Amino acid sequence: MNDMTILKPQGGAKGPGRQAVKLAEAIIEIVSDSGEGAQRCGQSLGSIAAKMGNGVWTVEIIPAEIQPPARSVAGASGNRVRIGSRPVSNGGDEADLVVAFNEQVLLGRVNAGELKPGCIILLESMWRDDSDAAVARSYVGTYERLVKAGYRVHEIPMERECLRLVADARRGKNMFALGMLCSIYSLDRQLAREQIAIAFAKKDAKVVKTNTDLFEAGWTWAADNLEFRFAIPAVKAKEPQLVINGNTALALGVLASGMEICAMYPITPATSVSHYLSEVFERVGGVIHQAEDEIAACTFAIGASYAGKCAVTVTSGPGFSLKQEAIGLAVMAEIPLVVINVQRGGPSTGQPTKGEQGDLLTAIYGSHGDAPKVVLAPSTIEDCFYSVITARRIAELFNMVVVVLSDANLATGQQPFLRPQFSADWLAAPVDQSALPKDAKPYDWDAVTGLARRFVPGQPGGMHTLTGLAHDRDSHVAYDPKSNEDGLRSRSLKLAALQKTLKLPKLFGEESGDLLVIGWGSTRGAIEEGVERLRAEGHKVSSLQLQFLQPMASGLKEVMQRFRKVMTVECNWSDNPADQLINEDNRRYSALATMLRARYLVDVDCWTEVRGRPIKPGVVAEALRARLRALT
Amino acid sequence: MTLEADCPLKMYEEHHDLADYQSGVPRWCSGCGDNAILTAMQRLCRDHNLRPEKTAFISGIGCSSRLPHYMRAYGFHSIHGRALPVAEGVKMARPDLDVFVVTGDGDCCSIGSAHWIHALRYNMNLTVVLHDNHVYGLTKKQASPTSPRGLKSNTTPRGAYLEALNPLTVTLGVQNVSFVAQAVDWIPETLYDILDAAFRHRGLSFVRVIQRCSEFLPKLFDPWLRDPQKVQLLTHEGALKPSAGLAAVYKNQLDHDPADMNRAREIASLEDPIPVGILYRNPDVPCYEDLRLSDKVRNAETIRAGLEAEFDRFTVWPGGKRTQRGRAQGGNADDANGSDG
Ligand SMILES: Cc1ncc(C[n+]2csc(CCOP(=O)(O)OP(=O)(O)O)c2C)c(N)n1
Ligand code: SF4
Repeated sequence: MNDMTILKPQGGAKGPGRQAVKLAEAIIEIVSDSGEGAQRCGQSLGSIAAKMGNGVWTVEIIPAEIQPPARSVAGASGNRVRIGSRPVSNGGDEADLVVAFNEQVLLGRVNAGELKPGCIILLESMWRDDSDAAVARSYVGTYERLVKAGYRVHEIPMERECLRLVADARRGKNMFALGMLCSIYSLDRQLAREQIAIAFAKKDAKVVKTNTDLFEAGWTWAADNLEFRFAIPAVKAKEPQLVINGNTALALGVLASGMEICAMYPITPATSVSHYLSEVFERVGGVIHQAEDEIAACTFAIGASYAGKCAVTVTSGPGFSLKQEAIGLAVMAEIPLVVINVQRGGPSTGQPTKGEQGDLLTAIYGSHGDAPKVVLAPSTIEDCFYSVITARRIAELFNMVVVVLSDANLATGQQPFLRPQFSADWLAAPVDQSALPKDAKPYDWDAVTGLARRFVPGQPGGMHTLTGLAHDRDSHVAYDPKSNEDGLRSRSLKLAALQKTLKLPKLFGEESGDLLVIGWGSTRGAIEEGVERLRAEGHKVSSLQLQFLQPMASGLKEVMQRFRKVMTVECNWSDNPADQLINEDNRRYSALATMLRARYLVDVDCWTEVRGRPIKPGVVAEALRARLRALT
Repeated sequence: MTLEADCPLKMYEEHHDLADYQSGVPRWCSGCGDNAILTAMQRLCRDHNLRPEKTAFISGIGCSSRLPHYMRAYGFHSIHGRALPVAEGVKMARPDLDVFVVTGDGDCCSIGSAHWIHALRYNMNLTVVLHDNHVYGLTKKQASPTSPRGLKSNTTPRGAYLEALNPLTVTLGVQNVSFVAQAVDWIPETLYDILDAAFRHRGLSFVRVIQRCSEFLPKLFDPWLRDPQKVQLLTHEGALKPSAGLAAVYKNQLDHDPADMNRAREIASLEDPIPVGILYRNPDVPCYEDLRLSDKVRNAETIRAGLEAEFDRFTVWPGGKRTQRGRAQGGNADDANGSDG
């Protein structure tokens, strides 16, 4: 493997002044009409950089429609890839370089404020000569405006160059672009070739060859014609690393947890978990069941769990709403169940492809009546993997529903992490079929912990009828006040029993200071990076990313009290105190802030952004600065 | 008593009598048809010498769905309309269990109707009994999808507006349906024989039992009770064979081969006389659990191996060693490069 600090260009180095400029990091975007393969280009770029040992985070740029009209501002499809010398935990701020296959999708990104001032733009130039005068006019007009605005726009005849190799440049331009990007950022050429072979593993050798040729053409073209060249030195990890996105990590977590049955109904952005599982689960004897709807998916999983094999159901917002009644059944009957909710924008159909943290309170309080359940939220790709294993274990130990809250940002974000070491402890114990003692009761709630041994069909002597109705210790329907209270108390106590085992996560930053930022889930990277910047400016800011949202680990109040001000940063709605009608009597706080205020009687403030895109570290930093200013 | 004599182990198995399957005192109204179904069910368990711990009764919500509480077996009294998917999950996890589903006409044909259609299509090995009393009992007399047009109820005081849904024609219209029968609660002999045939059938056996609600519709079935001619017994060699005593009362009989789907659909549409017997049976429809469950050994070692193989696909090794195989993982992305690269 090449040492990546070698900065000498490897391609046909004819261009002038071809020394690579060393960068600590770069944010690269590639956008096209949907179907032109920008996403594959971006994913491949991320994988190559990760394999070289760079820190990487990728963010998918997804149009809401499957086939948006070509050349439309709303149709931008592609990927953002942030590559760093150090580990990267989020998609970062504005882009340094954008490759665009037409000026309209580029405008989509410009208008969204995603480009750094002076950003390098590599723009397909074919539109200049388009036979449709309106298209040519639009292209030229946009080009001139962008140049005027200070962007460094390079017109590149990608189509023309690709046509030398393929008949239809729409299919393959992405690999030409990959070649350019690898050349510009001095990535390992051989690794890139291998990545192409991997990306097209399902296709025949001819396809791989054509795409490799396109890649080489892009590489050479960039080396010969572009005067800039960068290198992002990488430190290769000493341990093997996995490079996957959050949904693949969740699916691998399902595999590793020993769960056998996953029931689901397709829904964005959770679906790719089941796509991946459908491919691999059966190889280890698992079953993925595509049910007729989410209610069926959830009750199917409950049936499987009841029969002794803790099952998982995977969904997203609207599906999570549909499952609520069934979740209540599992709570009431005390059946272990893992529910993965890859959150998307809501309410209703909302923003299917965009991340949001809007389901926290539904996860905690959802389903009618008092329905205590465990809620945890992974905050990194690695967490996505382990959280499913943890969830299954808790579900079975406590006979509870455990909700895992991921979101669209984690779902498609890729980040390398240490390859897990398999442990047999991850797996569920075999189904207990031992005979039960004569007087055994199916709900023999422990007075302290609320726990009861679960009887599983097949166990001699354990015959009873489970019910979602209020019941006594014999599982008989019971409406008397004592039994009702007994059940409610026991189901609630189990949360307390679990809570006693939880440890508060480590603070990011000092143990005390002026401002404590609390977050949960996918915002971790942006929050910590924002905090880091403020600390570099000399501010006394720390952050804490909660993994368990219900129950919460002890010690949180003490931590909060060591800071002058506490606030949450979340990707869900909260009222802006600056709005005319908003005051303390009506301000709706963000989900976690609401929880913290209620539990700890601490005046927790919040800052939230729900713009259908990952929160940027720079934006977080600015929000924190504003809060700090108000403090003094 | 039917002993599985070909299995030597079973020869030593304990025998069960009716009391071994009874639990508690049913709380249904006196004269409620559910009692007859419960009795037939307990007899069935006894006669097949089912092990109570290996038998599961799954129900939704409704008067009828209380049945599991009165069986000494594993039971799951779940939520309104969802008995079928719960039972499917049970069966998928534990094909070794005998799984019965108890549901009402509101439970199955209204709130759970999507599950009903799809359960037929999955054709898992379940015995499904629809207690069809043509009304909502538990919630006190509202119209159900199977209420006859004109039926006065608390939600239709001037009479039900719509024609009743016919569960037999619906089931017979679903792809993969493999067993459909109809019984009436007031002829215990055929009720039992039909449940027995349903239990023996491998696949989803759907039995609609016309069940009297003595509380809310005490007279609805009087014409059929009074006049045996209004019941047509479906008989066939290898299907239903009424006893001499029964045949003497129910003379209106029709020889019907349950393999004949077209004829089954015609019979299903009959309203007067009502057909009682096996309308359709096809033992060759594959069961979903057979299609889905692999006979692979599943233990810590196979899971580890499977997992490591997947890790390998996505691993970046230190020191130049590279992934042998690998593939792009599924994103929500669409992509080009399809055919010609
Ligand atoms: C989600 C939901 N909606 C409504 C109900 C109220 N409910 C309980 S049973 C029932 C209908 C019962 O009718 P049926 O299924 O025909 O059973 P029967 O009582 O007649 O045996 C209804 C509407 C409920 N329990 N859950
Ligand atoms: S209300 Fe009707 S269905 Fe319910 S128990 Fe009474 S008679 Fe049976």
